[in-house]
This record gives sequence, structure tokens and C-alpha cells, in this order.
Amino acid sequence: MFLARLTRRIGIAAMTLFGVGVIVFVLLRVAPGDPIAMMIAPGATPADIAALRARYGLDESIPVQFALWLKGILAGDFGTSISIRRDVLDLLAERLPATLELATLALLVAILIGGSVAVVGTLLRRSRAEGVIDAANGLLLAIPDFVWALALVLVLGVFYPVLPLSGRIDPQSAGDFATRFYLVESIVTLRFDKLAEVLSHMAMPTLALALPLAAVIARVLKQALSEAMVQDYVLLARLKGMSELRLILQEALRNAVGPTLALTGVQFTFLIGGTVIVERIFSYPGVGNMAIDAVINRDLPLIQGLVLAFGLMFIVINILVDLAVVALNPRLRHG
Amino acid sequence: MVDVTIVQPPALPRRRLLTDLLANPKVLFGGGFILMLVLLAIFAPWIAPRDPIEQDLMLGTLPPVGLPGAEPGYYLGTDDLGRDVLSRLIHGSRVALTVAFIAASLAALVGAMLGLLAGWYGGWVDAVVSRLVDIWMAFPPVLLSILLVAILGSGIHSVVAAIVIIDWTRFCRVVRAETMAQASMDYVTAARTIGFPRFTILMREILPNVAPVLIALMSLEMGIAVIVEAILSFVGLSVASGTPTWGGMIAQGRQIIHHGWWVLAFPLLTLFATVLAFNQLGDGLRRVIDPVMRR
Amino acid sequence: MSLLSIKNLSAVSDRDGGAPILRSVSLELRPGETLGLVGESGAGKSTISKAVLGMLPRTVRITGGTAVFCGRDLLGLSSRELRKITGSEITLIPQDPMTALNPGRRIESQLTDGLRLKRGMSSDEARRIGLELLEEVHIREPERVMRAYPHELSGGMRQRVLIAAAFAMDPKLVVADEPTTALDVTVQKQILRLIRAMQARHGTSVIFVTHDLGVVAQICDRVTLLYGGMVVEAGATKEIMECPRHPYMQALLAAGPRYDRPDRKLAPVPESIFAGLREELASFDRRETRNG
Repeated sequence: MFLARLTRRIGIAAMTLFGVGVIVFVLLRVAPGDPIAMMIAPGATPADIAALRARYGLDESIPVQFALWLKGILAGDFGTSISIRRDVLDLLAERLPATLELATLALLVAILIGGSVAVVGTLLRRSRAEGVIDAANGLLLAIPDFVWALALVLVLGVFYPVLPLSGRIDPQSAGDFATRFYLVESIVTLRFDKLAEVLSHMAMPTLALALPLAAVIARVLKQALSEAMVQDYVLLARLKGMSELRLILQEALRNAVGPTLALTGVQFTFLIGGTVIVERIFSYPGVGNMAIDAVINRDLPLIQGLVLAFGLMFIVINILVDLAVVALNPRLRHG
Repeated sequence: MVDVTIVQPPALPRRRLLTDLLANPKVLFGGGFILMLVLLAIFAPWIAPRDPIEQDLMLGTLPPVGLPGAEPGYYLGTDDLGRDVLSRLIHGSRVALTVAFIAASLAALVGAMLGLLAGWYGGWVDAVVSRLVDIWMAFPPVLLSILLVAILGSGIHSVVAAIVIIDWTRFCRVVRAETMAQASMDYVTAARTIGFPRFTILMREILPNVAPVLIALMSLEMGIAVIVEAILSFVGLSVASGTPTWGGMIAQGRQIIHHGWWVLAFPLLTLFATVLAFNQLGDGLRRVIDPVMRR
Repeated sequence: MSLLSIKNLSAVSDRDGGAPILRSVSLELRPGETLGLVGESGAGKSTISKAVLGMLPRTVRITGGTAVFCGRDLLGLSSRELRKITGSEITLIPQDPMTALNPGRRIESQLTDGLRLKRGMSSDEARRIGLELLEEVHIREPERVMRAYPHELSGGMRQRVLIAAAFAMDPKLVVADEPTTALDVTVQKQILRLIRAMQARHGTSVIFVTHDLGVVAQICDRVTLLYGGMVVEAGATKEIMECPRHPYMQALLAAGPRYDRPDRKLAPVPESIFAGLREELASFDRRETRNG
């Protein structure tokens, strides 16, 4: 039953992805604005333009273009970027690790912060401190990642310049890594100086992305925890002599985490969307930053490749969240 | 005409509502700030101390008053082109508020319409609308808005269109649920037994009861719209670069952050305060107006 | 020598503007004895049991009286001292086995929580005792049940697990809070018999909270009938069943249903009796205001 559920979800996801691909593909070609016009050198003849057009396959009808594109993807060929003039798949392979590491780290940090706030808030319930935590959290819920990112730039980059303002690593360190997964690589190879360097670059964008999500997690998890804390099994466990903290962590948390997790999945896709602007602010070399340039330059093959990449990320996340919800709930696990 | 007062929904007395609203600190502070902003935007040319576009490279990157090197009269300093930050902030509120009000109203209109229809008629209408919302929600808003503005071309119309196209779902989901809840109430059943046409009941009985939620949601949406406009300005996809916008100022400030932090700090602070104000106002409105929450 | 001695226990509700919940309740419990606390809902029977367990909700305030258990007044203890007694010397069999087990934890860990936390046992040791306990409450395949999650067990099975957990600590006193109301009638009898057997084997005293006089007749040595937080009648079960003194008790016994005559029609308690009870409460309250 579980496998059936998974296959069905993947099936739906694949169809959604295909639909999104079609819509983006068509819209980009119907919309005004010519990618070729942006790259021609001054003094180019109409013949030159036509040649360029043909080179990128833009002289065909839209259905033919789509068929060719689809055929290419199935063969592992995502086309060539018009503005950067490089293979789209290469560009994605180069940039995706940066975004994946950033988003994953931000998710972990958000869970850590949001989870801690929820647990502490539950521990302090019915006290004045709880009201303060709730009010502060209510304010934090209103602040989007864009504002966080810039506030961090000001405070930790300018007023107290303790963190680097841009990039993924120091410029001269590029040759020190064998892969593009700098964070993972520096941990696996136990190079802690490099780890510190990578983390110091990731700290601000990570926080900017994590804090809004942390506020959501804190609110939802705290609500779920306070509902769980009045259940009979918690009262009984309190009688058995468990401390309040232990009651929260051992008794309430595992039952409160399910609904929170489902919501976190949705919110995580927002976080990934947020990488676009946050990467831009910190000149972080990920796919999000590249997406803005691709859009501004009307780089059709690259936009399409990026949309597919983002779509794929969302789908994988949703499926992972689905798996996690099932794994954490014994009733679903065995049912 | 049939008198239907007996089946009227539980409405609040008007006067009590007003005093309740004014007694709520969130409404008071949020609403007060927004009102001030609206006045600033309307009377910007008279209030702003200088021309927001006028450049004077001799007076470039002046720090705000109180810091060494400040010029009197340039209260919040100048940017690298010598333009007065305070005047640009005041004029920037025009674009921000225009986008906020128009985009939020249109998104509310579209979303509420579809939500009301889906919640009231059910069946295939509901199926189509719900499926549409699901597909829409699958895409993250920031990415979608940049993509949309790229497709539609830059400019304030595209920004508004992008926000409406993305965010109508927020209204649709809530209004649909609220409509369904209202539709099961006794006063609706009573109106139906009297024999009013379904559409009349929807407009006369249900809409007024959905309206409070809608208003609160609109306030929240305006905050979102202000942020989206700022992001698009930041990326350079909003209005033409001559017009002062908060996002544009922020982008400029990000460039010269090491020798002119105030060019980033003040518009960021304004943006933050505005979003917070819309949020608090929306939250306060919801708490005061929503009869369910009042209990 | 009594194990638990409650004297003049009074409590009010802070939520309902200080409305009395308990009106000078006194009761005695001897070692090995079963006391039935009977009354309709709101009579104060669960407030008494919660006070004994130190689980009173914040809205309930004790205004007077003592509850002496083994020489110590439970109401005067700090929460730290109380924690040493409750869950160890005084344990609870909860009302609803469906909500009293954590859906996310295996039976083994929930059954052996007390042994590990209060007795400091290793998990192996606790597991061995847990298995013995499950056999003691007649659970087949105890190994499998230990590994199971609550949703895999029937209501009766869960209540057996909870009974095992309550007796795991060899307590002096077990509070059974309507332990059979959430169960099927057929399962009810088995559970009652099981509690009786466990109690005899462990030499435990039991406070049995119920609204069912049939259950009382079956299981309790003595009975205390409450109405509006006031003791209406108290004494040995046999005597009270045979010649009840208070008209309310008489009416309740007449109303049935009796465990030995389950098919007998219900005769409602006459309204005049409730009027009399309300008058008793009012005169009690008048006396209290004059004295205090």
C-alpha cells in the first residue's frame, strides 16, 4: 500500500512537472522580447540574426521546438544557454550543489531554532515568558527572508563586520575543493579550516532563509505540543515521574511532529523559492542567482532548464516529507 | 417584498465595532502607520524636502544628520548620485502603496469571486477551482513572480499583474472555506426556503459574512505586495530606474554598502515597518471583526 | 491503622467564582481494602482521586483539610516530595485506555517507564519484569505485545497493559478512575476480576472511582457516596446495600441496574430527593459561612 502511494505520488509529480514545462515553454515564446536581440553585436546583418536564430532552433514552430527540446532532455541534452553560451546541464551541475547545500543547511537551522523555541515556549507555558515568546514570534512571522538578508548584511557585514558579505568561499580557495559540494566535502575530508570558511560564507544567507521558516515551525509545533501536553498519556507519564522537559521531548514531541512536518514541507518549497533573492543579495553562486540573470536576459534554454531543476527539487522534497510523515507515525507505518 | 430580518445573520452593531477597532492596539498602531504613509504618498511633493530625482555629484554619499560630514537639510543623507534619501523614501511610498492597494484589491476580487463560486456551487466548479489552486500553490511565489515579470516585461503594470496572478489563491482558499461554512448556517437555509435565487443569496447573505475575513486578508496581502514590489525593484524588474522605489534604493544601497550604509538602512527600515504595520493591522482586524475569534 | 485518611477536605473552583467542589469530605482506607467512591459526574469523586495523586488542575484550589498517607499529609508536601510518592507508592489506572497510552511509543517503554525512572532499573531488568507483569495480567504473546504500538492492541488489552503498569511499582495504593466505563460490557467483567486478583496478590489498597453501584457491589469492601462534593453516605458495602440509610442511596439502589439483575428496568431518582440534597448542600454552606 505504501509503495502504491509512492508510485502514485511520483506519477502525479511527473505529470505536474510536464505541465509546468509546457506552460513555461509556450509562455516564454509567446511573450514579447527576443533573446537573440539581446546578444547580437552591433552591425549584424539580418542574415546573421537568422543564422543565430536557426542555431538555437528558434526558427521552428513552437510545437516542433518543444518536441526537439523534450527529445534532447530525454537524451540528457538540455540545450545551450544563449547568454552564457554554455551547456545548460553543465551550468546546472555547477550551480545546483551550492543551492542544495544552502537550502538544506537553512532547513536544518530552521528546524533547530523553531524546534527549540517551541519546546522552550511549551516548558514556560502559562508564565509571563510564554507571552513574550509568542509576541516575539508573531513579529518574526511577519518578516520575510528578503528583509532578514539585508538586515544581516547591515549588522553582521557592515556595522560589526564579522562575516563575509558575498560568495561561497574566499576567492583564492576555489582550487582547494575536488567537488562542488564545498560544505559536505570539507566535513567529509575533516578540513575544519575550510569548513569554517564555508560556514562563515553561508551563515548569513542561511539565517536569512531559516528565520522565517523557524518562526512558522515554532508557532505550529508549539500549538501541537500544547495540545499533546494535556493528553491522558502525558498526565500518566507525569505521574510516572518524568520531568517536564522529558515529557515534552519523549511523550509529546513525537505525536506533535507529524502535522508540523507536513507544513514544513510546504514551507520548505517557499524557502527554496527564497534562495533566488537571497542568493542574489549575497552574490552566492547558486541556481537562484543564475535564474535572475537568465530571466533578465531571456535565456530561454537556461530558464527552461532552471524551471525543471526547481520543479524537480520541489517534487523530491514533497516525496521526502511524505515518507518522513509516514516513517514517524507508527499507525501509518504498519497500516 | 418579503421581510427577511428574521433570518439575518448575527451581525455586529456598527458603533461597537468601531470602538472595538480603535481599542485594539494592533489596529491602532498598524492602521496609524499606514494612514501616515498614505498621507505622505499623497502629499509627497509638498512634504519631501527636496526633489527626489535631482542629482548633485558634489553632494554624493552624504551621511545622515548627526554623523561627521553631514550637510544640514539632508536629514537622512544622500546616495552616491547626491539624491536626498529622505525625499526619495517619501516619494518611494507612492509606488509601494499603489502596488499594494491595487494588487491586493485585484487579487482579492479574483480570488474571492472564484472562492465564493467554488464554495457556494460546489460540484464541478469547486473541482476545477480547487485543482487550479493546487497547481498554483505548487510553485514558489518569488520564482514565479520573477518569471512572470520577465514574460510580461518590466514595469509597474507587470508587477501588479504578477502579484495578482500569483496571490489570488490565498484569497480563494480562505473564501471558499468560509463560504462553505456559512452555507451550512441556518440563515442560509432559511433564505433558500423563502425561495431567493441562489446567486442573490450568495451576494446578499453570504458575501457580507465572508467580508470580514476578506478585509483582514487584504491587509496581509498588501504587506506581501510591498515586499514583492521591493524585490522586483531590487532585481531591476519593476518601474523605470528614474522613479524612486524602496527596492531600487535598497539595490543601490547594497552596491555602495561600505561607504553609504544609510542608503540601504533607511529604505529597509521603512519597508520593515510598513510590512509589520500591514501585518499587525490585518491581525488586529481579524481578531476584532471575526465573530468566531471574538468568542 | 489506616493507609490513607482524608479529613475535612474542602476545595473550590477558581474558574466558577469560587464555587465549592468538595465540602468537608472525610474518608478512611485501610491496607488491602477497596473503597468505592460513587456519585454522579460533578459529585467530586474525581477531584478526591486527583488530590490524592497530586494531579489537581490549576483551576481547583484546596481550601482546607488533610490527606494523610503513611503518616504524611499529601496536601502539605512540596511537589518534589509528592513526586516521590505518586507514581510509585500511589499509582493510577486511568479511565480511557484509548487515550492513556502514547500512540507514538512502544508498549515496552511505556510499561517500564516507572521501573526505570523511579526504581533506577536497567532496561534489561525492567524488560524482564515487564514481561512477567504482562503474563500476570493474562496477556498472551507478551513478547509481541512488548514490541507493539498501542494502535495494534484492543481496548481491553490496553487496559490490561495499564493495569500491569500501575501494579509494576508494587504500590501501596492504586487509584482506579472508572477503569471500565470505556470498555465493552464483556470486557468489563474480566477487567474487574483482574483488578481484584492483582490487588489480592500485591496486597494493595484500591480507591475505585465509579458511578456504577453494580461494580461497587462486586468489587468494593466499603463505599462512600458523594453528592455535590459532600459525603452523603459511607460504610461497609454489604451493610449499605442491604439497608441504605440516606434516601438518595435508597433511590439509587432502587434505580439499578444491579450487576446481578442487569435486565431490570431503570427507575429514575425522584426529583424530591434531589431537592432534599440541594437543601442539605445549602444548609452546609450556610453553616460554613457562619463559622468561617
